[in-house]
Amino acid sequence: MLDELTEKLERALKKITGQGKITESNISDTLREIRRVLLDADVNYKVAKQFIDNVKEKSLGKEVLTSVTPGQLITKILFDELKELLGRTGSELKLNPSGLTVIMLIGLQGCGKTTFSAKLAKYLKNKKRNVLLVAADVYRPAAIDQLKILGAQISVPVFSIDGSAEPVKISVEALKYAKENGLNTVIIDTAGRLHVDDDMMNEAAEIKSKVNPTETLFVVDSMTGQDAVNSAKAFHEKVDFDGVVLTKLDGDARGGSVLSIRAVVDRPVKFVSLGEKLDSIELFFPERMASRILGKGDVVSLVEKAQLQFDEKETEELEKKFKENRFDLDDFLKQIKMIKKMGSLKSLLAMIPGISSSMKNTDVDDKKLVVVESIIQSMTKDERRNPKILNGSRRKRIAKGSGNSIQDVNRLIKQFEQMHQMMKMLNKNSGKFSIPNIKNMRLN
Amino acid sequence: MAILPNLSFSKLKEGLSKTRGALFSKIGNVFSNKTIFIEDFSAQIEEILLESDFGVELTEKLLFAARKTFKDKNLNDFDDFITIIKNELLSELKLSSYPKLLKKNIAVPYVIILLGINGSGKTTTLGKLAHYYKTQNMKVIVGAADTFRAAANDQLKNWAVQANVEIVEGTMKDPSAVAFETVKLAVEQKFDIVLIDTAGRLHTNKNLMNELNKIQKVVSGLLTSAPHEVFLVIDGNSGQNAKIQALEFGNYLNLTGLIVTKLDGTAKGGAVIQIASNFKLPIKYIGIGEKIEDLEIFDPNNYIDALFSK
Ligand SMILES: Nc1nc2c(ncn2[C@@H]2O[C@H](COP(=O)(O)OP(=O)(O)OP(=O)(O)O)[C@@H](O)[C@H]2O)c(=O)[nH]1
Ligand SMILES: [Mg+2]
Repeated sequence: MLDELTEKLERALKKITGQGKITESNISDTLREIRRVLLDADVNYKVAKQFIDNVKEKSLGKEVLTSVTPGQLITKILFDELKELLGRTGSELKLNPSGLTVIMLIGLQGCGKTTFSAKLAKYLKNKKRNVLLVAADVYRPAAIDQLKILGAQISVPVFSIDGSAEPVKISVEALKYAKENGLNTVIIDTAGRLHVDDDMMNEAAEIKSKVNPTETLFVVDSMTGQDAVNSAKAFHEKVDFDGVVLTKLDGDARGGSVLSIRAVVDRPVKFVSLGEKLDSIELFFPERMASRILGKGDVVSLVEKAQLQFDEKETEELEKKFKENRFDLDDFLKQIKMIKKMGSLKSLLAMIPGISSSMKNTDVDDKKLVVVESIIQSMTKDERRNPKILNGSRRKRIAKGSGNSIQDVNRLIKQFEQMHQMMKMLNKNSGKFSIPNIKNMRLN
Repeated sequence: MAILPNLSFSKLKEGLSKTRGALFSKIGNVFSNKTIFIEDFSAQIEEILLESDFGVELTEKLLFAARKTFKDKNLNDFDDFITIIKNELLSELKLSSYPKLLKKNIAVPYVIILLGINGSGKTTTLGKLAHYYKTQNMKVIVGAADTFRAAANDQLKNWAVQANVEIVEGTMKDPSAVAFETVKLAVEQKFDIVLIDTAGRLHTNKNLMNELNKIQKVVSGLLTSAPHEVFLVIDGNSGQNAKIQALEFGNYLNLTGLIVTKLDGTAKGGAVIQIASNFKLPIKYIGIGEKIEDLEIFDPNNYIDALFSK
């Protein structure tokens, strides 16, 4: 099992050949791949195109570190850009410290407004706000009942008017009711509507102008496709909203429409909604969303970490030693330290896409790294530089000194020898080498 | 049995062509400049298809075939290119073509289960279907097997009243018990059509998916030939995730057809076309509004024409 894992890790870290600068030609394949990734994630066609063009422009001529490929580097640039775009402005929900706070929810039919309004009510109630839910969807059969039931579940009052009251009137009355009853936070659940339905859009605009919400939130199903740009634009133009709520993220949709929305109307995502339970509401994390859209596990953050932590100079030096087959146990130790800097082995493995969650639970024991470290540290300088001199008595001493068994010591030395063999082969086969072979650090 | 008497696809066309104008005027220019380049044609069509949620794979497949035919036949007109694309698309939708008779003569009652993710439009569609079959002079009963979502039962009851059909309410906790009850009653009282509403669920939730499977089992345990139809209801706004939905729902029970809702907006429903093509499923009905009569039989020709209408 672990073999497979390390193989994957290796492959992901492989093509580690610096190619100087980013040029049109050395990233064209990657760009095509990225375009596909974005389209598969439901980023709008035009948005994807423009986004990629921007990223390309920013990247051309950038120096490529020795430890990554131009493709990896541009993926990272893209990731950063994506993260930046998604999280550019503050995503905090505005709440008036005194007086009334009114939050109005709008969106297409079936996007999850009603469930979300109850979640938000619970969330704010936990923040010690006195919340009133307002059932302003008079169109969908039983929508009012639905909100009443949800309100009862979380012990939040629900304001509704029986009969054929107008949503505008209901909303205005609700505000009055809240003031009279000492409730400081009003959440208005409006009916789902199509952005091309002028009457309904006018109604939403009218509610908004009458209640003057502190926050108007546009609720979007994360499974929305290309048309998100059209609906978001229309809702923005006709009603205007302050933030976005992304729903049904407990599914496996990549949610690229959120990028489309961000591109056509510059509004931040304020919440994500992840299930039918009323506490499955979360704040928005741009970074998480960016990797979800790219759908590549966290390859990107792996690249990022690798880049950050594998100090370039050190890597170069190691590279040289590798080539000349002078890599000794001291270098091995350095290598382990670098890997430790990058986080636990387990978290490194978890970042590789395609590794199933069950595999992620495989016991990758970081303690074994500590064992290796302690063994090497118990060696003399000479021993580290020239492991050949490690005879039986030296090994026994090291085992005792480091508090490990002699078998541990033997295993480590054996693995190191195998590594040397590998290096010889590697150096014969190719001029360049990759990051010292992690496979050979297998510790069990 | 007749299909919807007066097919009006004007509404569909209206919706589908809403964002089309600008695009085609662009193509018009290209044409009048006589810059007849297959690359350019492809790019224009690619844009239409990708922006209609057809996805990279199907778009590439259609374009590849079209370019080949275009070259082989030595054509040079953009209209010809469009015609070829249309034909390619039509062949992807073979299964959705007429005639669309219910297998009604085979079984009484004819049991139809609707399923799909949350908010896709199941309950509304079920109300519309109940109304539709009722107007076909059939004896219709609906079962409120969404025992989970708040007020789902009331919502369906409201539709049942509007359509003037019988309902078995979801008063038990177990959805398969409701389905069982409904089918049993339908058999005993010789109903023609049974429509079963189910709770919306994400395909990633194993427990809820198993629950669907159980409903199917219970129904066929009672009436071996049932369910006669299992329709996956998909929001026309859906993006590429819809394919995974179809795959997953299909893993748990045998889907027999697709229903696309909300095509009265500006979304084009291309994701559902991909599903129809990938999984060899017919698209049966489309939803074009929130009123009880806002349902149409899916006609591939009309759909494709609307998609490429200028
Ligand atoms: N514009 C439009 N809206 C639709 C259409 N079909 C359904 N809707 C609306 O979409 C929303 C969700 O519809 P429902 O029928 O409740 O969806 P559902 O799949 O039963 O939802 P759950 O049971 O909660 O999973 C409602 O507001 C409906 O009015 C349609 O064809 N066009
Ligand atoms: Mg429903």
